[in-house]
Amino acid sequence: MLELAIKGSKKYWVWILSLLAVMSIAFCFWLWQLSFGLGITGMSRDVSWGFYIAQFTFLVGVAAGGVMVVLPYYLHDYKAFGRITILGEFLAIAAVIMCLMFIIADLGQPMRALNVLLYPTPGSVLFWDMIVLNVYLLLNIIVGWNVIEAERNNVHYPSWIKVLAIFSIIWAPAIHTVTAFLYCGLPGRGFWLTAILAPRFLASAFAAGPALLILLCLIIRRVTKFDPGREQIQSLAKIVTYAIIINVFFFLCEIFVVFYSRIPSHMSHIKYLFFGLHGHAALVPWMWASMAFMVISIILLANPVTRKNEAVLAFACVILFIGTWIDKGLGMISGGFVPNPLHHVTEYIPTLPELVIALGVWATGFFVLTLLFKIAVTVKEEVSGV
Amino acid sequence: MENSRRSFLKIAGISALGFGTKPVLNAFASGGNSEKHEAEIQKNPAALKAKRWAMVIDTRKYKSEEDLKPIIEACDKIHNIPKHTNKRHEIMWIWIDEFKYVFTNQEHEFVDDRVKHLPFLVLCNHCEKPACVRACPTKATFKRDDGIVLMDFHRCIGCRFCMAACPYGSRSFNFRDPRPFIKEENKEFPTRMKGVVEKCNFCAERLAVGKMPACVEASNGAMVAGDLYDPESEIRKLLKNNYTIRRKPELGAGPAIYYIV
Repeated sequence: MLELAIKGSKKYWVWILSLLAVMSIAFCFWLWQLSFGLGITGMSRDVSWGFYIAQFTFLVGVAAGGVMVVLPYYLHDYKAFGRITILGEFLAIAAVIMCLMFIIADLGQPMRALNVLLYPTPGSVLFWDMIVLNVYLLLNIIVGWNVIEAERNNVHYPSWIKVLAIFSIIWAPAIHTVTAFLYCGLPGRGFWLTAILAPRFLASAFAAGPALLILLCLIIRRVTKFDPGREQIQSLAKIVTYAIIINVFFFLCEIFVVFYSRIPSHMSHIKYLFFGLHGHAALVPWMWASMAFMVISIILLANPVTRKNEAVLAFACVILFIGTWIDKGLGMISGGFVPNPLHHVTEYIPTLPELVIALGVWATGFFVLTLLFKIAVTVKEEVSGV
Repeated sequence: MENSRRSFLKIAGISALGFGTKPVLNAFASGGNSEKHEAEIQKNPAALKAKRWAMVIDTRKYKSEEDLKPIIEACDKIHNIPKHTNKRHEIMWIWIDEFKYVFTNQEHEFVDDRVKHLPFLVLCNHCEKPACVRACPTKATFKRDDGIVLMDFHRCIGCRFCMAACPYGSRSFNFRDPRPFIKEENKEFPTRMKGVVEKCNFCAERLAVGKMPACVEASNGAMVAGDLYDPESEIRKLLKNNYTIRRKPELGAGPAIYYIV
């Protein structure tokens, strides 16, 4: 089936080549980082995780979000989603690949990465994160590939695939829960030290992932002959609506606990993010934009009239995606480090090389996504004979 | 076809023989005692030992930053700590800070003037239940039986999970090659490479040859290291006769650095 990915229109090749161009520029920057060290990033002794780990965290969410099309189809026999489960699974593959690349980009000694296997340490959450992410990747590759191959050959997928698909449904929340546990089990970081962190991660994941999927469906309908379907998009939109409302609700729960208890080590991080602390306020406009985007998207999504208008729906999904990205991909990680454990304020701003490398990883993710979607969509076009 | 199968069988046979005889040869090689293969490292008889190493810092015994500078310099010099020009890349094993930052949970508006303006020494707390050791995915940071928390610079993958886990901000990361920033290299102690984490090691290398930690030695009695579980030790006497505080005890990490204020 791979051959389907190398037969495309001129536009397809322009897109592929532009992604490859971004990837190769970023690769050069990564080589620079490899030779100089992580000092080319904006990270410091005080803010020791930055943009890379934040992107990783956000993308684990996108990967887990793919399950929102897989679950209704396999567990509730919601037939309409049968048309697009493959898109959810392939999105998950691309997202997990980005996650793994961001981890590698963040390591000080990437060539020693396999030490995690050589000296397995079950007490470390990072060890488990490595396991859950790789297993989730494998599950999605096996299930996705077999399902689309069966569809191409006009046969039903083998029955053991359903077992794996259901297993992957259980696994999806696990990847994001374990990722939240990386942060929320650390004693000295008040911002993350909250039991609501994993549920919050999941809620924002189940909003951002399917929102991206809606946008991808709309793009596919426009650039190919395959229509993912209006009903499918509307069902996804309802899932996104519930998830984003729950996400904002969880955030407000956190705000209540922190500001009613008035424990300074928990308040200071949120104060830094939303109001600035001791004159440092780099993230303030971003955080308020994030809040505004999420609230506006709720208004547009909760109202059936606006939700059913696909142009408005697309707009709502875009701002929701940006809003949740700022929340997790920008504020969530550096917010936990500012102020530091001694309550000093060292701000973090990603540097240009850091952003280019991150962009390169995103480009790689979209490269993988494009190839996989091209294969899936071509098979769908072939089967329906359009 | 025939030929290749035959040669395959030959190689397989020889390999099987090789694997099969290895344990036998091992048994002979170890002189009849086949159970114990590992070589034993003889302990230095002069080494300083303790059941649980700990430190007391008597803040009454110094007055200004000037008094503490030699302590920090002694550590920096012995451990090849680089002096980076960019603050983001800073490496610190032992450093000084104000009371309100060191004891974030004890600070109040009416702290007396002496304490308010007194510099406090900060270093790794060599915790009883270290969060960094729990977080490390490769056991590159580990706690010894005598309580000292150490780093294996060669195993560290540079994920910096330990830095996020440490509630005391005691760890530093080599954001770039530190070697060009070391003024005078001490050949007795390894320099580090880029991409690994480091921190205070309680001068484990000095204890092993019977010397007290460099900071203790340079402190004119303001710092005392000793065995927490030895009732006769000097630090136990200090702890018995003075009221001491520790950093963030409420987190339950069990820091081993005690301060007399």
